[in-house]
Amino acid sequence: MLTLNGVSKRYGDPADGTLAVKDLSFTIGGGEIVTIVGPSGCGKTTVLKLMAGLLAPTTGSIEVDGRAVTGPPEQIALVFQDYANSLYPWMSVADNVAFPLRRMRLTRDARRQRVSHALESVGLAGFSDRYPWQLSGGMQQRVAIARGLAYQPKILLMDEPFGALDAQTRADLEDLVMTVRDEFDVTIVFVTHDIDESIYLADRVLVMGPRPTFIDEDVEVDLPKPRDQLLTKQLPEFGRMRAHIYRNIKASSQLMAKTGAVPTT
Amino acid sequence: MRRGTRNGLYIAAEVLVPVLVVVGVLVFTNTSGGFYFPPLQDVLVAFQKNWLFARIPVDVVPSLVRLLSGYLIAVVLGVLLGIVLGRVPWLRRQASPIIEFLRAIPPPALLPFTIVAIGVDSSAKVALIAFVCIWPILLNTMDGVSGIEPTMSETARVYHIPTSDDLIHVQLRAASPQIFAGMRTALPLAIILMVISEMVASTDGLGYFVLQAQRTFALADMWSGILLLGILGYLLNLVFTLIERRVLAWHRGARAAAR
Repeated sequence: MLTLNGVSKRYGDPADGTLAVKDLSFTIGGGEIVTIVGPSGCGKTTVLKLMAGLLAPTTGSIEVDGRAVTGPPEQIALVFQDYANSLYPWMSVADNVAFPLRRMRLTRDARRQRVSHALESVGLAGFSDRYPWQLSGGMQQRVAIARGLAYQPKILLMDEPFGALDAQTRADLEDLVMTVRDEFDVTIVFVTHDIDESIYLADRVLVMGPRPTFIDEDVEVDLPKPRDQLLTKQLPEFGRMRAHIYRNIKASSQLMAKTGAVPTT
Repeated sequence: MRRGTRNGLYIAAEVLVPVLVVVGVLVFTNTSGGFYFPPLQDVLVAFQKNWLFARIPVDVVPSLVRLLSGYLIAVVLGVLLGIVLGRVPWLRRQASPIIEFLRAIPPPALLPFTIVAIGVDSSAKVALIAFVCIWPILLNTMDGVSGIEPTMSETARVYHIPTSDDLIHVQLRAASPQIFAGMRTALPLAIILMVISEMVASTDGLGYFVLQAQRTFALADMWSGILLLGILGYLLNLVFTLIERRVLAWHRGARAAAR
């Protein structure tokens, strides 16, 4: 269980620096897929880095399984958008996946087992000895996902993981996310600026408001499972949610443009 | 022109040019070389007499031991200090002016000092070589470590990579292209400083041999020493390149893939 209690984050000066996140409270857990969607520059990545323990909140607290987060929590793995720098180019695919497992007291066989299972699950069984830069972008992001899964976290955070990929690859990987969620029984927090993606994947969508970020809306997604790229997106319910969230985000963007909040990423 | 023909010409030129240079030197030294340029064949005879292999233990081994010890000390210290300075920004800011000053000192100017402070034995020469070679290695390591992609470090943090693994398998590897660039700059410096330090207050080594031969007007011997130094420099660079290719194979692959 990941809980945020009144979390705020101010960059720079504690008194009058930029307030990126304001009074954020929510709880995530129980094997759901939660997507966080919001206008670009609204501070989604800040929220994610707070959850990952890479940033410390200015006020409020973050807890994982009831324990306060002071650094990256053991139970959390993170898939970065920038797969090219998140995977180490001097390590083979298998070594990249195995690297976080080195410190765990696992037998050599157990470690190898975890690595090959994770690589199999993302469809890269035959690629252990390749290097990341020998693979396409989509395959590299699969390696990063496999690394996260082999770590066996309770919560897998994903920061706009498919933002740099083409549409077809993106669709394949979206479906992969849902399969591995079921296979590894992990809670997934998925940050995206793509509204379709946020609804398609989600059990729950957190819609972020403009800077300073707050939760504008917490939407349960009741679409039938398994989801299907064509059938699910044709459902009238999907269309209604899409329109609803779209209006919401557009209003936020316009507000940000008016108040002069500058998008950062 | 067909591709095959052109490649053939390049290869022919690559072989032909050095042959022509040797023939040119041969002709020049035999016709109009004079006292300072003894005939090439005399130099080669002297080369065989001295370096195959009579004087190898006397002069070449001591020289190489000094060169490699000084260079390796510089690599180890330069990389260690570079990592520390690369990771601690305030320390880097404090140290930068000092480093810039120390590396600006012309190395031979320190020779008299090392002789007084450490003496005329090998350790003074090793110290001088290490002192000169350390700066490019240190500065490049520092740049490499401080310029590491934030995502690489964040990945290590998220996955709780232990500090030792992080240093050895992430920071050091990420900085290795820059570290090798620094080591490549330092290698010729090490050879130069070896020769210079052996020309002052020394009783053996290649630098000593060349100077001694000149002082006794044994110019063929002197040239044979210079020839050997050229060959040594060439071979050291070759060995360095081979090691670099192996260690940085991933870097060349990744750069080619990014293009």
